Amino acid sequence: MEGIYAFCVGLLTACGIFLALRGRTFPVVIGLTLLSYAVNLFLFASGRLKVNAAAVLGQSEQYSDPLPQALVLTAIVIGFAMTAFVVILAMRSRADLGNDHVDGRLPNVQAQARLRNRKLRK
Amino acid sequence: MHLPILPILIPLITGALLLLPPFHTTIARQRLLALISAFAQIIVAFGLLSVADQQGTQMYVLGDWQPPFGIVLVADRISTLMVLLTCILFTGALLYACAGQDKGGQYFHPLFMFQVMGINGAFLTGDVFNLFVFFEVLLIASYALLVHGGGKQKTQSAVHYVILNLIGSSLFLFGLGILYGTLGSLNIADMAVRVRELEGAEAILAKTGGLLLLLVFGLKAALLPLHFWLPKTYSSASAPVAALFAIMTKVGVYSILRVHTLIFGPESGELADIALPWLWPLSLLTLAIGTIGVLASPGLKLLTANMVVVSAGTLLIAMALQSEVATSAALYYILHSTLIAGAMFLLADLIARQRGKAEDRFVKARAVAQPRLLGIAFFLCALSIVGMPPLSGFVGKVMLLQAAEEAFDKFWIWPLILISGLVSLVALSRAGTTIFWRTTAPSGSDERVHLFELMGVGLLLLGSPILVIFGGEVTAITSEAAAQLFNFSQSVDALLPQQNMGGQ
Repeated sequence: MEGIYAFCVGLLTACGIFLALRGRTFPVVIGLTLLSYAVNLFLFASGRLKVNAAAVLGQSEQYSDPLPQALVLTAIVIGFAMTAFVVILAMRSRADLGNDHVDGRLPNVQAQARLRNRKLRK
Repeated sequence: MHLPILPILIPLITGALLLLPPFHTTIARQRLLALISAFAQIIVAFGLLSVADQQGTQMYVLGDWQPPFGIVLVADRISTLMVLLTCILFTGALLYACAGQDKGGQYFHPLFMFQVMGINGAFLTGDVFNLFVFFEVLLIASYALLVHGGGKQKTQSAVHYVILNLIGSSLFLFGLGILYGTLGSLNIADMAVRVRELEGAEAILAKTGGLLLLLVFGLKAALLPLHFWLPKTYSSASAPVAALFAIMTKVGVYSILRVHTLIFGPESGELADIALPWLWPLSLLTLAIGTIGVLASPGLKLLTANMVVVSAGTLLIAMALQSEVATSAALYYILHSTLIAGAMFLLADLIARQRGKAEDRFVKARAVAQPRLLGIAFFLCALSIVGMPPLSGFVGKVMLLQAAEEAFDKFWIWPLILISGLVSLVALSRAGTTIFWRTTAPSGSDERVHLFELMGVGLLLLGSPILVIFGGEVTAITSEAAAQLFNFSQSVDALLPQQNMGGQ
């Protein structure tokens, strides 16, 4: 179980980081969301993984640590609010700046290509 | 009794009240309530500081769940000093905003209140997870304040700022998860005790967590490779917001101080001083890069933002020295640099508004409408921020230079701080002469400085001479605060009543 769990968290983190490094706001927002999912799972695991153990004292032989569950709950709420904000901000920047690039302007690919061609011709 | 929680409760309640009927539509009522609340906060912060100074550290246990299990607020000398600083800076910025900048969009005053609540909370909390929560409170208010008033520039820099800080928050949680997994506690004092017993693989994991936290705090404090967002963000924000943001880098520095001198401090066994190998070179480089930025800035707002990077670098150098004297000097320097950077942001806005099209750029343009008033204020501000003799910047820098005792420290720190001072002096002289003396025509604008604006700038500028005149009292508090931080039994054992019982 630990192996699969760790693999999932790692995969989510990797995808999140990859997407967060993209140039357009939409993949970046998705990347941030994946990253926050990964964080939530990770926090959950910091109290050690246990099966069949409620987070209540005295109800059974085994019990799991309740604190990480409280932390995850807080983190989910905060992460959700932040994601909502960043979505609105991305839409606002699309409207204000006329494109959805994170820098607010498209990298001038065509101009660079033209420059390269001119150099090649020389 | 309930004093330690008031700096969090007052802005929270005021912020909520500002959204409710008698206040939510009328800007005049909002201003009145906000100002009353700001002055009340200053009084409370003063009271808290004197209580913490005379009666020792105050611990406020929420819901009476005893530490290390419950949530605690810790009001010792350092945190109350920072709270007082926040309240004064806030009042100055608020006075300035009341002159008309708060009308740029809705909800300015409530957001401003929530931002202060987050900052005060981050200073007062004794629990790393609550540090995260208050970070988020101050961040989400700052996101909204940054885009307040609208404009392309603001949106563009806000996108960078928000995305960077969201990634920072994720890393913060990863760090917290690792630390909780290895230490089993999130109370700062308890963590400091438990970290000594770690060894082997657990220690390596905890080290990873600790360094992740350093990364996050470095992002907030504008440590070298993570400072690129700062100049653009601060220079595009509206003046009162930028002035309040001047304390945000200090929140990062303060968190480094708490986490990396207490939990991963000199007495932490295998994990002692894990941050130092990173802080040393990076803080020096931050100072150097900030200074180059100051020299290269084409406008006064950007210049001030780069001065914030310089002051962050200077403070982080003091953190890297990891000694009582250096921390005391750093606390004094925090007080000085925050107030003056705030005043400079406000002044830059006043100057920009009176110069017409040229705004705050360093080009030959029309004169400002009130050259004497603004000129004198700019001169005082520049003298103080550079660190020239009669004002507080000088005292702060001398204390810092004295804190570098060993020859190796001196070799690196003295030249860098002194050269950076000289370069800032050059840049600010150029700025002043261009703005006030290289003019094409007398001013055409009928902008005048509003009384509230003058009061706001005056309040922040006044901090500088006051810090010099009452230098003795202030340094007495800062040195005792630093001593308290480095005295393990005072800063840790006092906060863990149960641990003490068990030990006996």
